[in-house]
Amino acid sequence: MEYAQQLFGQFFGTEWGPVLFSLTKNLVLIVAIVLPLLLGVAYLTLAERKIIAFMQIRVGPNRVTFFGIPWLAGWGQPIADAVKALMKEIIIPNGANKTLFIMAPILTIAPALAAWAVVPFSPEMVLADINAGLLYILAMTSMGVYGVIIAGWASNSKYAFLGAMRSAAQVVSYELAMGFALVCVLMLSHSLNLGDIVKGQEGGSFINWYLIPLFPMFLVYFISGVAETNRAPFDVAEGESEIVAGFHVEYSGMAFTVFFLAEYANMILVATLASLIFLGGWLPPFDIAPFTLIPGFIWLLLKIAFLLFFFLWFRATFPRYRYDQIMRLGWKVFIPLTLVWIVLLGAVMQLPPAFLNAFPLNLWFH
Amino acid sequence: MSFQDITFYFFATVLVASALGVITARNPVHAVLLLVLAFFTCAGLWLLLQAEFLAITLVLVYVGAVMVLFLFVVMMLDINLDRLREGFWKWFPFGALLALVMAAEMAMVLMGRKFSIDQMPAPPARAADYSNTKELGRLIYTEYVYAFELAAVILLVAIVAAIALTLRRRTGPRFLDPSQQVKVKRADRVRMVSMPSEKKE
Repeated sequence: MEYAQQLFGQFFGTEWGPVLFSLTKNLVLIVAIVLPLLLGVAYLTLAERKIIAFMQIRVGPNRVTFFGIPWLAGWGQPIADAVKALMKEIIIPNGANKTLFIMAPILTIAPALAAWAVVPFSPEMVLADINAGLLYILAMTSMGVYGVIIAGWASNSKYAFLGAMRSAAQVVSYELAMGFALVCVLMLSHSLNLGDIVKGQEGGSFINWYLIPLFPMFLVYFISGVAETNRAPFDVAEGESEIVAGFHVEYSGMAFTVFFLAEYANMILVATLASLIFLGGWLPPFDIAPFTLIPGFIWLLLKIAFLLFFFLWFRATFPRYRYDQIMRLGWKVFIPLTLVWIVLLGAVMQLPPAFLNAFPLNLWFH
Repeated sequence: MSFQDITFYFFATVLVASALGVITARNPVHAVLLLVLAFFTCAGLWLLLQAEFLAITLVLVYVGAVMVLFLFVVMMLDINLDRLREGFWKWFPFGALLALVMAAEMAMVLMGRKFSIDQMPAPPARAADYSNTKELGRLIYTEYVYAFELAAVILLVAIVAAIALTLRRRTGPRFLDPSQQVKVKRADRVRMVSMPSEKKE
């Protein structure tokens, strides 16, 4: 690393060397995050099809394999799907706004990937260790709705437009509940830095995780996350039985695939954040021998996979919400609940220290 | 020119260009999207000033929520450019007057000696662990608590007024209370009837 830095210094001089070096280093790191993420997205689609097939007593994809190896049957499916999508023609409908039509999928996937910049994978493995990490992620995820709205409008199609309208109202309302749930977290952790939030949950066992004192907030956050990603049972923006496919009716080929990728990347992001914030991130559930032998990164992956399973489970289990029921859940149930919890948490934090120490409350309030 | 300067000029150029686009774009949807771009680049400039909390809040509040609702409304408009341009010359003197007043005010601020560069030295650079958010929170809840509370109350009044103005109680909507729907038992809907089978004659 130092050798490379010196090399850059010799080539570009003392003023530009360090700048270009950090630029190159960050670009390499970004690729190192995005490539596994996209691979994870590809195999999440396979996992979804396999798990839902299992729940519906089917087999799921079991044909495509690598080099004819029989026991890999099905594992080639995501690759085959990607190749198929790449080969397809992108049709731009008559009367569509061409620039915005092409821009919409890009605007959807860019924030979904940009949010990963501040996600820590272990105490040292983080691209940008910034103070306001949690705020940054909220800001980035709130940008994702533009892609959906613009796609709906630029398609010049009624179904697409209806989907976009539904999505805009839904995402804006659930963002509030999500933000308030995260306010509770930062009250406990005294920090907006994701690494510090995980460090605040250290202390021996899973009892210290914020899941325990903030269990209702975990539910609010996770359900809002499902709603934010427009996943079933909140998928009124797509609603294939009512408005065909919602905002991406008119999209085909790679343009459609980019929407698809963004949805799954957002799912992984929500699961990652929930496991970092509420499930202790890379911390093992017990700080004793067999658990501590497994590296922290593996624990984080296990927690993410566990939460992602819920996304798939929801889709196989619940019927779609009606639109007014979605709005009711967001505004009349979640937001009052989070507000009450914030006040409650504030009251507990103001208790005298002696009182906090007498109860097991000092596990989380310190 | 250092890397920071290049970033500044890039953001500034994009900001000015997109702001110009907002007022010159024919299509209101394009204008709103350019305004989103302007907000976003402005947040980038604030980041350069080390005001990361304000920059991210600008993106979170204005780009993430306010402009989404703006776009929502503008997209539902029936855009008819001829009708929009109808009263242009009638309103031109009024608009020109407004623009002149604004330009004069800006000139008064920018030309004044109080805001010249030597009057306002650059603030000292902060350490890497300096938290803008914490500092703002401390100031808001200690020194400026009354101003902050006043602003909060004004906003609350605005919210209540907006709801009161737009709330209309429709008569006879067919509405089902979800809590009652959930509570339904089989016995409420189904009546089990025992019927003896009939004899074949």
